[in-house]
Amino acid sequence: MPELILHPEYIEDPQVLVDLCPFGAMELDDQGQLSISPACKMCRLCVRKGPKGAVEFREDETPKPAVDKSAWKGIAVYVDHVDGDIHPVTYELIGKAREMADRIHQPVYALFLGHDIEAQARELLHYGADQVVVYDEPELARFAIEPYTTAFEDFIHAFQPGSILVGATTVGRQLAPRVAARMHTGLTADCTILEMDEQTDLSQIRPAFGGNIMAHIKTPNNRPQMATVRYKIMNAPERMPQEQGEILHRQLPSSKLSSRIEVLDIVAKPREESIENADVLVVAGRGVKKPEDLEMLQKLADLLGGQLACTRPLVEAGVMDARTQIGLSGRTVRPKLIITCGVSGAVQFTAGMNHADQIFAINTDPEAPIFKTANYCLVQDLYEVVPALIDRLEARKGAAHV
Amino acid sequence: MNILVCIKQVPASSKVEVDPVTGVIKRDGASCKMNPYDLYALETAFRIREAAGGTIHVISMGPGQAADVIREAFAMGADGGTLVSDRRFGGADVLATSYTLAQGIRAAGDFDLILCGKQTTDGDTAQVGSEIAEWLGIPSVANVREIREVTDEDLTIAMDLPEEIEIARVQMPCLLAVDKDIFMPRLPSYVRKKAAAGRKIQVLSLDDMEDKDPSHYGLNGSPTQVVRIFPPDVNDEKETWTEPGDIMAAHLTEKLAELKFI
Repeated sequence: MPELILHPEYIEDPQVLVDLCPFGAMELDDQGQLSISPACKMCRLCVRKGPKGAVEFREDETPKPAVDKSAWKGIAVYVDHVDGDIHPVTYELIGKAREMADRIHQPVYALFLGHDIEAQARELLHYGADQVVVYDEPELARFAIEPYTTAFEDFIHAFQPGSILVGATTVGRQLAPRVAARMHTGLTADCTILEMDEQTDLSQIRPAFGGNIMAHIKTPNNRPQMATVRYKIMNAPERMPQEQGEILHRQLPSSKLSSRIEVLDIVAKPREESIENADVLVVAGRGVKKPEDLEMLQKLADLLGGQLACTRPLVEAGVMDARTQIGLSGRTVRPKLIITCGVSGAVQFTAGMNHADQIFAINTDPEAPIFKTANYCLVQDLYEVVPALIDRLEARKGAAHV
Repeated sequence: MNILVCIKQVPASSKVEVDPVTGVIKRDGASCKMNPYDLYALETAFRIREAAGGTIHVISMGPGQAADVIREAFAMGADGGTLVSDRRFGGADVLATSYTLAQGIRAAGDFDLILCGKQTTDGDTAQVGSEIAEWLGIPSVANVREIREVTDEDLTIAMDLPEEIEIARVQMPCLLAVDKDIFMPRLPSYVRKKAAAGRKIQVLSLDDMEDKDPSHYGLNGSPTQVVRIFPPDVNDEKETWTEPGDIMAAHLTEKLAELKFI
């Protein structure tokens, strides 16, 4: 077992090490004796940045046997779906897998567990998977953790993929860890960057500690290497007009697919609308001239799959509900996208929204304070931009349905 | 019913900075708290005990000071607690952490129901619960938003799916990861805190585990390794557009498509 050993003869001032450790694992007792507590995360910062020779990292005398990486080939993508409706994160991951697999000249597999899914499996052949591996069983019709894990395990043993990508959906977030534990391998959650190197080692990069720090993670001596990725992180490939690749069927006896969880009912989800939970917000400010114009902004919000929010004057005027007000006297929001329309941007307002990922501000006044907060400063009358924008979004929607 | 709740001590603030020159994490190590998501798991346990009877035991993995969150759970109403603590567990990733906890759970007792929060605020993976269930060979459900019925053999729960809610019956023993807001967590009580003042916390080290092979724990038992940590790119790009309205609308459409909002 690798361990850290303190060498007091090289430690002049133990306090230096106490201050250095980001996890508070260096402890000084009453006698001034330094020791390492179980808070140690083995980050080895003390070895690299501490006084020279003070802390030694002692490797194992008998290192673990190295995994034969050449026996593990290809990149597999779990096809995320509910009742056969494929979640779009699947296409994004197939696109990423294709890109990485081409680099190491290996195949891309799509693992599809479900029932009566032949047509959907064919559809996957338009996105770049070499082999769509289908387990079509009544027991797999709906997601159930035990039979799904068992089928996943069977696939891994049969195909030995070097890497596996799973969408970080409500299903993927439960399934991937169970599979990883069963395979005794590593799993990195919510990767935002994935890169494949020539040695088939997968670089998994993700935000850590609430997004303030990025961590670059590898799985150097285990296969498969597993990662989950959230929706809309990777780019979806274009659908190819012709099919490419093949569908392979595998079977499992129903005795292996039993479950201790029984689905009793599926019920509709109550619509929960609150601006705090919205990914996209359109905000109406004082630049909105008439209450009727709010319909236009609501339409924009609908087209973007978001919600309409407002600044305080509109609540005071009684045209918007107080629950939709952003700011110190309203709600604090952190959407992925916010478009402010005719909002001047008082500090009381921006304090409630300045952590949004992308801020677009539309305002006629180039000196408006909102432009200090915005990433995109659109100096224009909202009545000149929004109707034209709605037309374009509607045209795009229409085109997508043809 | 014997209920176990997994809890963790996390830094009070998630604000962490990396010194761009030295690469050293600057972190306020002094102030810690219970992972806020765990409060919902604890509250769920209290509600089930009120309805069906039983005892509530909590388990945590961490340094000695993590005993604080176990005492906090006592003050809220937990009956017993176990701290899994050993330097040899240091540097554990998801696999090694879940394995260590599963071993600790086996050593701590027999449980019908294991409850976890949705995720922690420091690791943020939401994966440890499902992996513990796999090591223990029991069914698991995440995103539990409601407990509908509790019998001696099973629980009927509501699970959140993206577009719908699934109602399912889960046989015990099982592990549930509950969503935030399943119940409103109670506050610690001073009376309970006083009553639990002398209560012992069981401390388990590697030597107390069924599997004593150190290579299955800590850094050595962790398939993933952090190669480096670095500050993220800050989004400080700023663009000013001044073109006419219709051109601006086209520009905006293009930008929204590029950013994958449409």
